Amino acid sequence: MIRLTAIDKHFGPQHVLKGVDLAIAEGQVTALIGPSGSGKSTLLRCVNLLELPQGGELQLGEAQIRFTPHAAPRCDAVQRVRRQTGMVFQNFQLFPHQTVIANVMEGLVTVQKWDKTRARQRAGELLDRVGLAHKADDWPGTLSGGQQQRVAIARALAPAPRVLLCDEPTSALDPELAAEVVEVLKQLAADGMTMLMATHDLRLAASIADQVVFLEAGQVVEHGNARELFTRPRQPRTAEYVATLTASLPESWQQTAATA
Amino acid sequence: MPHWLQLMAESFWPLLYAGLVFTVPLTLLSFAGGLTLGFVVALARLFGPAPLVAVVRFYVWLIRGTPLLVQLFVIFYGLPSVGIVFDPFPAALLGFVLCVGAYTSEVIRAVIESVPKGQWEAAYSIGMSWPQAMYRTVLPQAARTAVPPLSNSFISLIKDTSLAAVITVPEIFQAAQRIAAVTYEPLILYTETALIYLLFSSVLSALQTRLEQRFGQHAFALGAHA
Repeated sequence: MIRLTAIDKHFGPQHVLKGVDLAIAEGQVTALIGPSGSGKSTLLRCVNLLELPQGGELQLGEAQIRFTPHAAPRCDAVQRVRRQTGMVFQNFQLFPHQTVIANVMEGLVTVQKWDKTRARQRAGELLDRVGLAHKADDWPGTLSGGQQQRVAIARALAPAPRVLLCDEPTSALDPELAAEVVEVLKQLAADGMTMLMATHDLRLAASIADQVVFLEAGQVVEHGNARELFTRPRQPRTAEYVATLTASLPESWQQTAATA
Repeated sequence: MPHWLQLMAESFWPLLYAGLVFTVPLTLLSFAGGLTLGFVVALARLFGPAPLVAVVRFYVWLIRGTPLLVQLFVIFYGLPSVGIVFDPFPAALLGFVLCVGAYTSEVIRAVIESVPKGQWEAAYSIGMSWPQAMYRTVLPQAARTAVPPLSNSFISLIKDTSLAAVITVPEIFQAAQRIAAVTYEPLILYTETALIYLLFSSVLSALQTRLEQRFGQHAFALGAHA
């Protein structure tokens, strides 16, 4: 169980997260949705401490951190959390000075001190899993956006994280390239990977999430089973927001939406 | 053989010798020392506590705002009056290291800052510590950007070492002055001197181009989506 309790985050005078509680079931995909500025990306980045909350608590496996406004958590506690998470960024952020396979090996070799042969083997398997084994020795800059994001997914998975965090994983891609990334994410979900995803792509959320959390202005408006939330939202604000999706809901859901 | 050519041939070896024994070592040591200093200063400026930032800013301001010639005079002729005496070569080395350090620290600071924040985050996200992210992810990318401007500093430095002549270091230019003083052929001697500096800086620039290609391996690949 990954649990965030009463997470508070300010950027200067802006109060971006107002005591957010979030529990993520392992083996499931949880999507954070909400309008721009709702705090979904910030909340996601609090899970691997790229943003440090000023209040609340994070529990991730055995690692537990309590945040205060004044003192930053200890480095080793931060490392313990980060070693249990992998992250996929909107703009991929592959290391441009390293080949594709070196990108995937980097965490294993530099952080976990694996020997190179073993790391290369695991990296090769992961590249195969995202369908890019044949690009292993290419430079990231020569790959399409969709391919780069798939490499980024392989890199994030290399240290076998407990949870994969995805920050707008398809937003920088055109629909066709996004589709190949979604395909990979779907496969991971089917394999039981725990994922937390911030996205404003409601189609993506509807197609792979088990749980959906709707955030607005730094607070959770509604959360629940994906199908329930999209088809029978309890809060009027949620209904308004997800209405934009209704036209593109999976066909089998259309009826439920109509009768709800 | 015409007189001017004979004079050039005779003075070629003494000038080349002065270059190999003084100019080249002075250039290489000054650059290595200056680059190290510049790196430390850049890190202090970027990540240090406020008082340290103030100290290094003062240093950069002072060195960049005063002529190198004056700095060399202060070190070699000035400091002995307060009991600090240097031999000519160490005095020149100190002056050049301080100077190169100030200029390159600004280059190094800029190239470190030019690496996108997302690269740090990507490094952190796979569990790297700050030193690991710096060494494995940020510096290799910063180094690529740094090669052209640092090469510029390096080539300037080769020529600036001629200033060491005024504090009695027997490098190329001083050797030329000595020969010119006895032959009364300044045009021939100083033209030859210029050619020898040209030779040294051309060889060193060629090395720089190769270095740039080595660091730039993936730059072509980057161009593909830039």
